[in-house]
Amino acid sequence: MKMMKKTLLAASVAAFASTGAMAEISDGKVKIGVLADMGGVYADICGQGCVTATQMAVEDFGGTVLGAPIEIVSADDQLKPDVGSAIVRKWVENEQVDAVGGMVSSAVTGAATKVTTDAKKIALISTSASNAFTTKQCSPYNVHWTYNVVALAKGTVKPMVEAGKKKWFFITADYAFGHALEGVATKVIEENGGEVVGAARAPLGTTDFSSYILQAQSSGADVVALANAGNDTVNSLKAASEFGLTQMMDVAGLLVFTPNAQAMDPNVAGGMRTTTGFYWDLDEKTREWSKRFMERHGSIPAMGHAGAYSMTMHYLKAIEAAGTDDSDAVIRKMKEMKPDDFFSRNATLRNDGRMVHDMYYVEIKKPDERRDDNDIFKVVSTIPGDQAYAPMLPECDFK
Amino acid sequence: MATFLGINLFGLFGQLLVGLINGSFYALLSLGLAIIFGLLKIINFAQGAMYMLGAFAAWLALNYLGINYWAALVVVPLVVGLVGVLMERFLIRPIANEDHLYSLLLTFGFALMLQGLFTHMYGSSGLSYSIPEALSGGTKLPFMYLPDYRAWIICASVVVCGLTWWMIEKTKLGAYLRAGTENPQLMQAFGINVPLIVTLTFGFGVALAGLAGVMAAPIYSVTPDMGSNLLIVVFAIVVIGGMGSIGGAILTGLGMGVIEGLTKYFYPEASNTVIFLVMVIVLLLKPAGLFGKEA
Repeated sequence: MKMMKKTLLAASVAAFASTGAMAEISDGKVKIGVLADMGGVYADICGQGCVTATQMAVEDFGGTVLGAPIEIVSADDQLKPDVGSAIVRKWVENEQVDAVGGMVSSAVTGAATKVTTDAKKIALISTSASNAFTTKQCSPYNVHWTYNVVALAKGTVKPMVEAGKKKWFFITADYAFGHALEGVATKVIEENGGEVVGAARAPLGTTDFSSYILQAQSSGADVVALANAGNDTVNSLKAASEFGLTQMMDVAGLLVFTPNAQAMDPNVAGGMRTTTGFYWDLDEKTREWSKRFMERHGSIPAMGHAGAYSMTMHYLKAIEAAGTDDSDAVIRKMKEMKPDDFFSRNATLRNDGRMVHDMYYVEIKKPDERRDDNDIFKVVSTIPGDQAYAPMLPECDFK
Repeated sequence: MATFLGINLFGLFGQLLVGLINGSFYALLSLGLAIIFGLLKIINFAQGAMYMLGAFAAWLALNYLGINYWAALVVVPLVVGLVGVLMERFLIRPIANEDHLYSLLLTFGFALMLQGLFTHMYGSSGLSYSIPEALSGGTKLPFMYLPDYRAWIICASVVVCGLTWWMIEKTKLGAYLRAGTENPQLMQAFGINVPLIVTLTFGFGVALAGLAGVMAAPIYSVTPDMGSNLLIVVFAIVVIGGMGSIGGAILTGLGMGVIEGLTKYFYPEASNTVIFLVMVIVLLLKPAGLFGKEA
C-alpha cells in the first residue's frame, strides 16, 4: 500500500511537471468511470446504455475539457457490492479516475460511494433508487441525479390517496430498495389520511406472485402498490391481471422503467399510473436526444440513461467553469450552476447532492392509444421538483 | 393481518389451490430433469436454459412466423427436443465416460452462453406474451377467482406427467430404457441400440422443459434468466423425490408447490428457501430421497 502511494505520488508529480500548459487538470486528463450492470436484471436500465449515454455527453462536449482529453472506462458490477466497490477502489487509487458515474443497484452504490467519498472523488449516481445517498449516507461528493424513492412515492401515491383511495396493500421486494420504497410510501399514505392494511414481502426474483395477489385480494384494500422493480413488477402485474385483481382494485407500480413497461402486455398495464424522472417523448428536445440515443443503442432511453448524459454534461461544464478538475472545486461549481438541458427542468443541485428537478406523473397507454412499440407513457401532470423531493437534512448541507 | 382469523379458511383454500397449480408446474419441470438426471445420470445444468429457450421460441414463433400458442405447444417442444438431441450427440456423448462433473460444467457453460446470447439479442427486461384468447377468462369459486389458464396448466400437467410415467414404467420402450441405463452392455448384447435410446431420451427430457417454457410464457415474464432462477429449485425437487423415480418427482413437485404456497401465505420472506429446508431434512432422514431406491 505504502509502495503504491509512493508510486502514485511520483506519477502525479511527473504528470504535473510534464503538463505545464494544463496544470489545473490532474494527470493531464479527465477520466470518468461508468459502473453498471452489464448482464444482469438491470442491464436494460443502466448497463451498456449508461456507458453509451456518458460517451454521448463526452462527444457532445467536444472530447476535451480545458485542453485535456476526456476518457471513459466502464465495468460490470455484476450487481454485487463487493465487486462494485473493488472496481471503484482500483479506479480511484490506481487508474486516476476523477468521477464515477452510472450506478444502478442501490446496494452496489452504497458500497461504491463509500470508496469515492474516502478518495474524495465525485460519485454521479444515475439510476439507483434509494434516498440514502443524500440522507443517511450523505457525502459532500455524492450527486444523485435522476430520481429517488421519495419522488416515486410522493408522485404516485399522493394523488391516489387524495382521490379517495385510502386503503393500501403492498407487494414489496424483500431487500433494501423495496423496504425503503414501502417505508417512504407508507409515510405519504398516512400523512394524507390513508392507511396501510397489509404487506407481503416477496423475495427478489420471485416468479410466481399469485399467492401475494390472493392476499392482496382478501385484504380489502383500494390500491395494491408494487414496491418492486424490473421483472418483479412485470410478473406481479401479470398475476394481478390474471387473477382478476385489476378489476377489483387499482394497482400502482411505484417504479416502472420504460424497458419494463415495454415488456408488459398493454392490455394489462394500460391505464396504470407511475412516476418517472424522464420520458423520451416529452417535447422536441427530448425527442431529438432520444433519437440519437436510439440510433446508437437500439432502444429508447430509460430515465437513467438520460440522467447519465445530463449529469456527465453538468460535471464537464463545472470543470470548465472551475478551471480545474479538483473534486472540491468542481462539486462547488456543480452546485452553484443550475443544471439546464432536455433532462433537467427547473433544476437545482442542492448542497446535499440531490438534483431536484421536474418529475412526471404518467399513465401507461392502452393498446389503442399507441402509435408503435415505443409509445408507452402519456404525461398526466408535471410534478415540480420541490414537491417531489423531501427537504434537505441540515446535517447533509455541505456548503 | 387483522382480519386473518375471519378469512382464515377461504384464504387457506385459495393458497392451497395456488400451491397445487404451482406444484403441477413444478412437476412438469422436474419431470424432464428426473428423466435426464434420475435415469440417464447426466447432470444437465442447461435444463433451465432449455425452458427459457421454449418460452423464447414460443414468442419468436408467434411474432415472426405467426404460429399461435396451440401450435407452439406442439412445434416448440419438437424444436427444443432437437436441440437436446444435438446437444447429447455432439457435446455430452464425447465426455460420457468422464466424471459427472464434466457434464455439469459443460452444460452449465452452455446454459450461460445461451443466456448471454438472448440477453444480448433481446435485453434483460423480457418480452410480453399474451394469454391465448380461449383461456383468458376465469371461474369464480367461492373462495377465489380461478383463471382458466391456471386450470389448464393443472390439466395439461396431469396428462403429460401421467403419460410420461406410464410410458417409462409400463411400456416395453420404457423397460428398454430402464434396462439400458442399468446395464448398457447386456442390452447391447441383445441387439438394442442403447446410445440411440439415450439420445432420444435426453431429447425427450429436454423437450419437456421446452413445453414447460411455452406454458410459462403467458403467465411469467419471458426473460433470459427465467430458467436459471428455477433450475436449482427443480434440482432440489428431483433430489427430494429420489433419483430415478419418475413418480417421486411428480408427487414431490406437487407437494413442494403446496408447501411453498403456504409459506408465501404465512411467512413470505422464507418462500424461496423453504424447499431447500425440506431438502436438508429429507436428505438427513432419508438420503435416497422420499421415493428413491438407493443412495
